[in-house]
Amino acid sequence: MNFDFSDEQKQMRDEARKFLSEQCPPKAVREVLDGKAPYDKALWKGLAEMGFLGVAIPEQFGGAGAGHLELCVIAEEMGRALAPVPFSSTVYLAAEAILIAGSDAQKQKWLPKIASGDAIGTLALFEGKGNPSPKAVKVTANGGVLNGVKKPVADGAIADFAVVAARTGSSGRESDISLFIVDLKAGGVEVKSLTNIDLTRGQAEITFKDAKAEPLGPAGEGWSVITQVLDRAAVLTAFEQVGGADRALEMGRDYALDRIAFGRPIGSFQAVKHMLADMYVSATLARSNCYYGAWALSTNAGELPEAAAAARISATQAFQHCAKNNIQVHGGMGFTWEFDCHMYYRRANAVALGLGSLSYWEDALIDRMRKKNAA
Amino acid sequence: MNFDDTPQEAAFRAEAKAWIAANAPRQYEDELRKASLGRVALKGANILEVAKAWQKKKADAGWACLHWPKEYGGRGSSPIERVIWQQEEGPFGRLSSMFIIGHGMCGPTMMAFAGEEQKRKYLPPLASGEKIWCQLFSEPAGGSDVAGLRTRAEKSGDEWVINGQKIWTSGAHYSDYGILLTRTDPDVAKHKGLTMFFLDMKSPGVEVRPIKQANGASDFNEVYFTDVRIPVSQRLGNVNDGWNVSLTTLMNERMSIGAGVANGFPELFDFCNSLMLEDGPAIENRAVRSKLANWAVKASGLKYTSMRAISALSRGERPGPENSIGKLVAGSMIQDVATCALDLQGAAGALSGPEDAEVAGKFQAMLLRAPGTRVEGGTDEIMRNIIAERVLGLPGDIRVDKDVPFNKIPTKGRA
Repeated sequence: MNFDFSDEQKQMRDEARKFLSEQCPPKAVREVLDGKAPYDKALWKGLAEMGFLGVAIPEQFGGAGAGHLELCVIAEEMGRALAPVPFSSTVYLAAEAILIAGSDAQKQKWLPKIASGDAIGTLALFEGKGNPSPKAVKVTANGGVLNGVKKPVADGAIADFAVVAARTGSSGRESDISLFIVDLKAGGVEVKSLTNIDLTRGQAEITFKDAKAEPLGPAGEGWSVITQVLDRAAVLTAFEQVGGADRALEMGRDYALDRIAFGRPIGSFQAVKHMLADMYVSATLARSNCYYGAWALSTNAGELPEAAAAARISATQAFQHCAKNNIQVHGGMGFTWEFDCHMYYRRANAVALGLGSLSYWEDALIDRMRKKNAA
Repeated sequence: MNFDDTPQEAAFRAEAKAWIAANAPRQYEDELRKASLGRVALKGANILEVAKAWQKKKADAGWACLHWPKEYGGRGSSPIERVIWQQEEGPFGRLSSMFIIGHGMCGPTMMAFAGEEQKRKYLPPLASGEKIWCQLFSEPAGGSDVAGLRTRAEKSGDEWVINGQKIWTSGAHYSDYGILLTRTDPDVAKHKGLTMFFLDMKSPGVEVRPIKQANGASDFNEVYFTDVRIPVSQRLGNVNDGWNVSLTTLMNERMSIGAGVANGFPELFDFCNSLMLEDGPAIENRAVRSKLANWAVKASGLKYTSMRAISALSRGERPGPENSIGKLVAGSMIQDVATCALDLQGAAGALSGPEDAEVAGKFQAMLLRAPGTRVEGGTDEIMRNIIAERVLGLPGDIRVDKDVPFNKIPTKGRA
């Protein structure tokens, strides 16, 4: 049994960590946090040069042709560094949707640009509050054009194109939904930035007014593709969350060792130690669930839907838990703008919602476990 | 990343599987499989006899204490082979429960500290289950703080004379031997005045009394020592070095992997699948689903954490510290799971008789047993200290009694 990443994959993780510690220190994240830039362009370019953007894109489409396990180890480092770039939108959502449903021509057109950092993509799914559901999709597609409003769209304000879920039927079934690729720089598209709790990652509202759209995959099969994309993205995002959770735990541990109160390091008080021990427990459970998700993703196993939901839930809980208790360990200093704790807290809570909230994935997990049980 | 055996592991697994298929006491398989929680009992058979017979059969064929050296009754197997054996032994492994302490803690301590002749004499019958061993550490005044124990050992010629009381001793009533931690010097700091021995549990002056636990069952004992005499040759380690010897014992307890602590989730999931509430099946109730999902990811997290540890063994490495979370997570989870299962039954959840209660009272029994799980083998709080100190590198607690002679340490809180 080798339920672990290979030495080569671990080496890639080390490379990514080294690269990000140099190119994406907290100071760089703060440039975006403070509104000085919408994202870190230099970092984005560097990630392309390192081959990280196209690591899971086949060589024939300009990628490195490695695989999803390699993408998982990079995702973990991106989360750890709080990289302020549209990595998840472009790589986990847009690229995966095109890989699953795109024609050869569409893959030729978009994937090399993604790998080279020349195109930022995203998935436009949500329309106001609520979780992923075909019923919630109101944007219409008729005669090759889209009409309606999507929000929130992650990284929508900086994206070059979006994969858009739109309504092409009115039967009340999943088959009413189809996917389209829309060039966001073309006419009929209005984009507005929206303020959100994670200031290091953008959210936007996108209004389509007779915007030209190209079908992605067969009509009526959009929802099945969305489901697959969300499962894949759930695993990859879970690795980001585990990376963030681990870093928040380390920050808390380091502070507890350095900070003296009542004449001793606060890390010697059981109230603080036990809080940190519990953070370690949730980060460890999440990591193990993520490994299972990675295995299922990389082998395209039938277990992926269940594994993805478990990884998503566990990693969401762990990152939220570690980020909030990291602030608690830091006490008053943790609640200052100057300390980095709040950046992890913001990211943890925003990323917990982006692919559908916890309650959505809890429901999905139980459905999927029942299905397996019945089979 | 894969779950596959290496060729050598596959060959070992096939050999183990074939031997078990040909030799295991199949007539008890069903009962053992169903006895997923709590104490194992067999209808119409003495569990101790069945367990001893199975252990002896394994030992005769070289399948007992796999990781022990051959000359002491083991097989000289690698750690991963031991895990594979446990996986293949499946429900029959439950018959090993009365040997766990002897094999997991007493044996390794003897191996590290007993003389060669003693090892050759005592270890093979321990491996084969012919002799059962227990561990006598905890006392009424020393639970989490084991080094606070008060049982005295005083030298008298060629013997040590023991007086005192031990508690929470599993299996003392059917044990043949025990390892015993005692105080030999009360005038020095508490960790510095302890000495370890092994003794014959049938020695004059040893009295074993079962403890009636909070759940009504008796899995543990109190053991009283009145002028019990132990030959000097049965001392393990140096005089007053017993604390270090005990660390070897406890380290081995925590090294064991693969056994896994029950967490109750599979039982609750099945229960919710079949239980009908007023407005439909329990599993379709939103609140129930949310709870189930939260426990599901804990259960899978524990499962895949142990897979990671097994993978490390398979590569010939020592597993990382991840496995230290198992008992802490499972212990409180099983308590919450049981509480939830009773809650779903409303007022009838209070009924615990097998004829009246759902699933023959399984969850009621689980609820009443659960507080013990969170205490035995290291309380939740001790487990958190271990994670914080050994994994995260946080400082130990300030110990106010560290440099105080043992007999000057206060023994009462409020006067």
